[in-house]
Amino acid sequence: MGKKILSESALERMQTEYNEWLAEYKKATQKMPERLDRFSTVSDLEIKPLYTPQDIENRDFFENIGYPGFYPFTRGVQSTMYRARLWTMRMFAGLGTSEDTNQRFHYLINHGETGLSTAFDFPTLMGYDTSSPLARGECGKCGVAIDTIEDMQRLFANINLENVTTSMTINPPASIIWAMYIANAENEGYSRKKLGGTIQNDCLKEFIAQKTLMLPPEPSLRLVTDTVEFGTREVPRWNTISISGYHIREAGSTAVQELAFTIYDGITYVEEGIKRGLAVDDFAGRLSFFWNSHIDFFEEIAKMRASRRIWARLMKNRFKAKDPRSMLMRFHTQTAGCSLTAQEPYNNIIRTTTEGLAAILGGTQSLHTNSLDEVYMIPSEEAVLIALRTQQILADETGVTNVIDPLAGSYFIEALTDKMEEEANEYIRKLDELGGMVRAIERDYPQMEIADAAYHFQQQVEAGEKLIIGVNKYASERRELEFVLKIDDTIEKMQVDRTNNFKEKRDKDRYRRAMDELRRRCQGPPCWENNVMPALIEAVRAGATEQECCDLYREVFGVYTDPGTF
Amino acid sequence: MEKGRKLRILVAKPGLDGHDRGARVIARAFRDAGFEVVYTGCHQTPEQIVSTAIQEDVDIIGLSILSGAHTYSFPRIMELLKESNAQDISVIGGGIFPLEDIPKLKEIGIKEIFEPGAKLQDITDWVVANIQPRQAVALTAR
Repeated sequence: MGKKILSESALERMQTEYNEWLAEYKKATQKMPERLDRFSTVSDLEIKPLYTPQDIENRDFFENIGYPGFYPFTRGVQSTMYRARLWTMRMFAGLGTSEDTNQRFHYLINHGETGLSTAFDFPTLMGYDTSSPLARGECGKCGVAIDTIEDMQRLFANINLENVTTSMTINPPASIIWAMYIANAENEGYSRKKLGGTIQNDCLKEFIAQKTLMLPPEPSLRLVTDTVEFGTREVPRWNTISISGYHIREAGSTAVQELAFTIYDGITYVEEGIKRGLAVDDFAGRLSFFWNSHIDFFEEIAKMRASRRIWARLMKNRFKAKDPRSMLMRFHTQTAGCSLTAQEPYNNIIRTTTEGLAAILGGTQSLHTNSLDEVYMIPSEEAVLIALRTQQILADETGVTNVIDPLAGSYFIEALTDKMEEEANEYIRKLDELGGMVRAIERDYPQMEIADAAYHFQQQVEAGEKLIIGVNKYASERRELEFVLKIDDTIEKMQVDRTNNFKEKRDKDRYRRAMDELRRRCQGPPCWENNVMPALIEAVRAGATEQECCDLYREVFGVYTDPGTF
Repeated sequence: MEKGRKLRILVAKPGLDGHDRGARVIARAFRDAGFEVVYTGCHQTPEQIVSTAIQEDVDIIGLSILSGAHTYSFPRIMELLKESNAQDISVIGGGIFPLEDIPKLKEIGIKEIFEPGAKLQDITDWVVANIQPRQAVALTAR
């Protein structure tokens, strides 16, 4: 520990005056009692009435807070932060057909969005073509249906893929969808070396929370590592994993659990990359993160600040990274879908604004702000425009972007940031003891921790200990919005026909050879020579559908199904 | 809980939707309210759900869905129950539904739809008040 922030004499005076204040506070609350028996964050972390320099007295400024763009990056990953470049405004979008989603992309870009983010429908997320019997009723409902490279071409038509970065929320089939993206971009004349974007590709949090499940953990990790290895060599501007706390939080975790489980997933991916023979500094800089910004304003800011510091310390101390870029936790943020209410949906604008502001004060690199109607469905144009404008107003009107990390030095924020780090490290130690994340998942450990937290929160809501306006305070009836997006059930047949025609036209021999090569690589030991990515790029060019590649995966690697614990 | 034996409920998630927070919370709530709970996890087909319901001899199926695919899976489940002569297994749903779909779901025999914000206590109370153990089937199956 370095030099303390406060001198001994200052501390002494502070203690005396603090005691005087506390006596006064107690006296006052005899007359006018505190409004609540217990004040706590949305994650149920108890909050004191007042924080003072004493709450951070043992912390060293240089070790713990420091400067933006410098280790341990508590204050931000760049030295300039939003004074040079704002976060990327990246609205998660996907609906109906590839044409519908392309139109939405253009609409968002025309209204000032600065990065793309793709939502796929459930069959695509789970590795099924629209024609699968398991996909009945799902086509285009929660995102866009992508079966083939032709769908990918339509999805990104008339968008310059070297000028925009594209995020794709896709997990078990991430390698295949990425192969389609790369192959399509090259067909359109772009260089893979210049493509920028992110595939979510975080298989571990699927077992923990999001539940788009396909393969068991070990082969899932192998495929993730294949993409990391391929990206390192071939697509240097791509973020090959977006290590995601978002879904963990939506599943009901606390902020600390979100922080700890996600960072431990990150530890696991780094270990796998090293096992593959990659040098940590060659790939760690392309790992990115994804946080939820929930409704508890300060808790979220503290969580994001702590996340940068924890990761920087882990990368430096645990993995001996030398390149500062390996230590940077760069992250995307989405406001909390689970904080929105179906009752009085316009109130959701206020929730999203608050959460978006927390993400900005937390130093996010990109942001999705939820639309007020996302509590019912994927957003309408009217609602998504309000959500995008929310970010733009925060960026350009409120002045919050004038200064870097404005809440640093707040006794409360710094103490809460420390608390987040401490409690997350407790979980990290526990996960080490359990033998790592894969073993922990097999023991249902993170899953049950989250289920406990979700149930606890729900009970608090029902007991009126946690208040939600329109739900358990000022309760109100559901009202339909005047704009409602409906996905037409008839697009399912159109999409099935389209994919069938595409398969008819393909060169059968080239397709067969490509799939044989993919199978050979999957069956071989994990290494560069057996990396699936080059084979996948050829396979999707040769006309392989997403499901055909996934069926091959399922055949070679086996299938994982939800154990259904609660 | 009175009425002879504990009510048995199957909590099921039809389709490819992985949003299981609600399903897992409601499964616990039913367990804590004294039900026997079967939960089969995410990604169940209508066929799997109906076959589990019959094999496990449940009194009621609680379907949780947030994806919008209820337009296919709910009618299909009702159809399969009928084909299996198991219409006496009651079905309720919870999750996100466009308002206009709710009367349509009730028309095909879904007994109740619980929307976002529904209290756990209200849901379990509703089931206790409205669902009887399936006596005839219980006798033959046990």
